[in-house]
Amino acid sequence: MSCSRTPVVEGWFGGEGDAFRLLGTRCSACAAVFFPREDVHCRNPRCAGGELVEVPLSRRGRVWSYTDGRYRPPSPYVTDPELPWEPYALIAVELAAERIVVLGQGVPGLTVADLAVGMEVEVVPGVLHEDAETVWTTWQWRPTTGVRA
Amino acid sequence: MDDLAVAADNGGEGMTDEVAVLGAGMHPWGKWGRSFVEYGATAARAALADAGLEWREVGSIVGADTVRGGYPGYVAGATFAKALGWQGARVTSVYAACASGAQAVNAARAQILSGLADVALVVGADAAPKGFFRPAGGDRPDDPDWLRFRVLGATNPTYFGLYARRRMAVHGDTVEDFAQVKVKNSAMGALNPYARYRKRVTGDEVAASAVVAEPLRLLDICATSDGGAALVLSSMEFARRHGAAEPVRIRAVSTVTPHYPNTVLDLPDIATDSAVAVEPAARTFRESIAGAAYEEAGIGPEDLSLAEVYDLSTALELQWYEDLGLCGAGEGAKLLREGATALGGRIPVNPSGGLASFGEAVPAQAIAQVCELTWQLRGTAGDRQVAGARVGITANQGLFGHGSAVVAVR
Repeated sequence: MSCSRTPVVEGWFGGEGDAFRLLGTRCSACAAVFFPREDVHCRNPRCAGGELVEVPLSRRGRVWSYTDGRYRPPSPYVTDPELPWEPYALIAVELAAERIVVLGQGVPGLTVADLAVGMEVEVVPGVLHEDAETVWTTWQWRPTTGVRA
Repeated sequence: MDDLAVAADNGGEGMTDEVAVLGAGMHPWGKWGRSFVEYGATAARAALADAGLEWREVGSIVGADTVRGGYPGYVAGATFAKALGWQGARVTSVYAACASGAQAVNAARAQILSGLADVALVVGADAAPKGFFRPAGGDRPDDPDWLRFRVLGATNPTYFGLYARRRMAVHGDTVEDFAQVKVKNSAMGALNPYARYRKRVTGDEVAASAVVAEPLRLLDICATSDGGAALVLSSMEFARRHGAAEPVRIRAVSTVTPHYPNTVLDLPDIATDSAVAVEPAARTFRESIAGAAYEEAGIGPEDLSLAEVYDLSTALELQWYEDLGLCGAGEGAKLLREGATALGGRIPVNPSGGLASFGEAVPAQAIAQVCELTWQLRGTAGDRQVAGARVGITANQGLFGHGSAVVAVR
């Protein structure tokens, strides 16, 4: 049976391979950028409101901070209770051009010992989890210089 | 547009009237396994007895809601009124996550100051589940709180871990500094009969506890608890007629929201606001919470005798020192190391024992902070008394941008 690939949230990211990007929106009146995307009203209180246009966010940023979860998160996070819990890194990344900090999971195998505040990382496509019919896709952060030993 | 922004910054100019705290009461924190209604009603009766008032003399009841109590929790004001015995009081129910209790205090205060009520009873109580807080059920991709669990598995402690690691990188804080916050708070909590954890904890015990969200360990992170707290508030005129010559007074209640762009990653958000179109305000959101309270009360951090802050994690307590202006940016750990925030120090913080000793009973917690100020300012806090306490502040932040701080004086 073939599995369909479905983004965990529609419209937050897209593109294949090196073209993969987080997708936000930009207000055509005040140039404010939003992620997660705003599609109806600009949230800048000094802006009368312009058209909100989809915009890809910078591919690379620097680690603002990082942590992990040593215990299995509750639902609606999907895990297999039959398998032992494997912690993953959670990384908050500052994108210089957008002046925004975006949270994401680290790529599989990356641990907090591999990370440092200020390290450069890039956004890559990843798999959140799979079930019988669907591969649920997401974004992940990966160090650009390879993982420290 | 700019004039409007300035007016909003002032948050209600000239608002200097005070209300009296006639009574404070609590149900001990713990994991009792009973209904939140019982905890709230017990606290309410204790506060009424402390005030020397009968429930039927109270004209208004304000309940801080709990989302964990089912429908009765969402309408907590009426639920507590029924438990105490229907007597026709005006009812209000408020929800603002961790800041619910301060919103309830503010709603009661507004009714008293506007003349809608002479006496108001404020009650909050919770019965917390074991383990992580989790969002309401269902498939709800329009709810940021649901999304952060679904997409990232980001529990509350992971946000605390991010803040703690950031402090280590920017300010040079160490995990030993964080542990010393727990050591300090547990020493004070050991003296509080309402606290859930009444055993002193050592730095070694913190270091030996399991990592929950790196770099934070189990004893760095507050538990979830059952508990209830209540206050009886009145007009100053009613307090005088009632024979309370020198009551503790609430001088300010800050209930501010952030200014766009909010550039500190806050629960439950997946990203900050972008600062590309608008420069961030000079004060961060948390700094503005205390700032608004100071401005309304006409005091500054140098006037404080004590502070009760929301130590969801040990590292977050150090952040509050800076956001309250008790020390400069990055100097929180130094203030702790000097002993300034311990009992007997220059500015004791969390003499109640804080969330470290209580665990969080969400809608009760901000009310419990004001109970502690009340007892400290009366000089009836027993072995944990801050000598000569005259001015106290509470500080707290509720999910989704609910700031809260209360200034009380005597």
